[in-house]
Amino acid sequence: MSSDVGQQHPLALYFWIWGLLFVISAGSYLIDFFQVGYDVGTMELRWALILVFMFLKAGYIVAVFMHLKWERLALIYALLLPPGVLLVLVGLMAWESDYTWLTRVVYFGAEVAPVALSPADTLGHH
Amino acid sequence: MAEATAESTGLKSIAEDWSSDITTFKGVPWGKAMMWIFLLSDTFIFSIFLTSYMTVRATTAEAWPNPSEVFSLTLFGTTVPLLLIAIMTFDLITSSGTMALAVNYGYRRDKKKAVIFMLATAFFGAVFVGMQAFEWTKLIQEGVRPWGNDWGAAQFGSCFFMITGFHGLHVSAGVVYLIIISYRVWRGYYDNTNFEIVEITGLYWHFVDLVWVFIFAFFYLW
Repeated sequence: MSSDVGQQHPLALYFWIWGLLFVISAGSYLIDFFQVGYDVGTMELRWALILVFMFLKAGYIVAVFMHLKWERLALIYALLLPPGVLLVLVGLMAWESDYTWLTRVVYFGAEVAPVALSPADTLGHH
Repeated sequence: MAEATAESTGLKSIAEDWSSDITTFKGVPWGKAMMWIFLLSDTFIFSIFLTSYMTVRATTAEAWPNPSEVFSLTLFGTTVPLLLIAIMTFDLITSSGTMALAVNYGYRRDKKKAVIFMLATAFFGAVFVGMQAFEWTKLIQEGVRPWGNDWGAAQFGSCFFMITGFHGLHVSAGVVYLIIISYRVWRGYYDNTNFEIVEITGLYWHFVDLVWVFIFAFFYLW
């Protein structure tokens, strides 16, 4: 819990989390280095790994480096609940974009690009 | 009103903190609470950018340029995917670590070390902005514009410049902020406080790193 003397924690904790953040960052970079998803042609595993590493890293930064873990619940909830409504926005936009995409293809004659399975497929030239 | 006699926990503690007719965020210096509120509003700004990016990427029928190739670097004849972005990520993580140390030394009233680590943080931040300038220059030379590029969906450029540009501005502002605050800490402005100013500055800096985590995941890796 916080007190008037501020957030005071052992240095070792920061070094551990610092190291962990390097490992997690390396993990997310390796997703791209090994072309996870592109190699097999289905992206679900790639997307799942991206999200896992992202939330792990964000969680450690907020909880330990920003000390949120040790703050009072009143502050934690005031900070974490409002961004929750953003999920509604993301949901609405995802839902709507499906419809926009279909409209473009069906009524405006947009040509559907083939799903890119390897980086070379996506880029016409270099 | 006097505080509740017995300390409650869980949801009850939230209700009591908000309804006690005194400071809601107990034990939190006002500057720190205000920085958190500012960061909350900034969270909404960046979330809206990323949501817009999701929307334009999902609605375009054209192929999305592959970030893994667009941001690859060729070193000694080998092309490494996303190399510069990986280096930028590690640079920002390094700066977050030095910032955490600065906050810790601040609360230990070790002014000298707090200032040194804050300046180290500012240095890594400046390096990040430098690498970003390099990245922008490279892409602009390759013909990426906010209104189009040679590889696919035109929206790629507008999302890229808007999102990384706004983040880069935050990093640049953070570097200036860190330098000003470390100067003031050094000059003794905060000597009769607990040096919570270092933690407040740190909150801003860690937030900049936090935003990068999401940009890296959604823009560069997805």
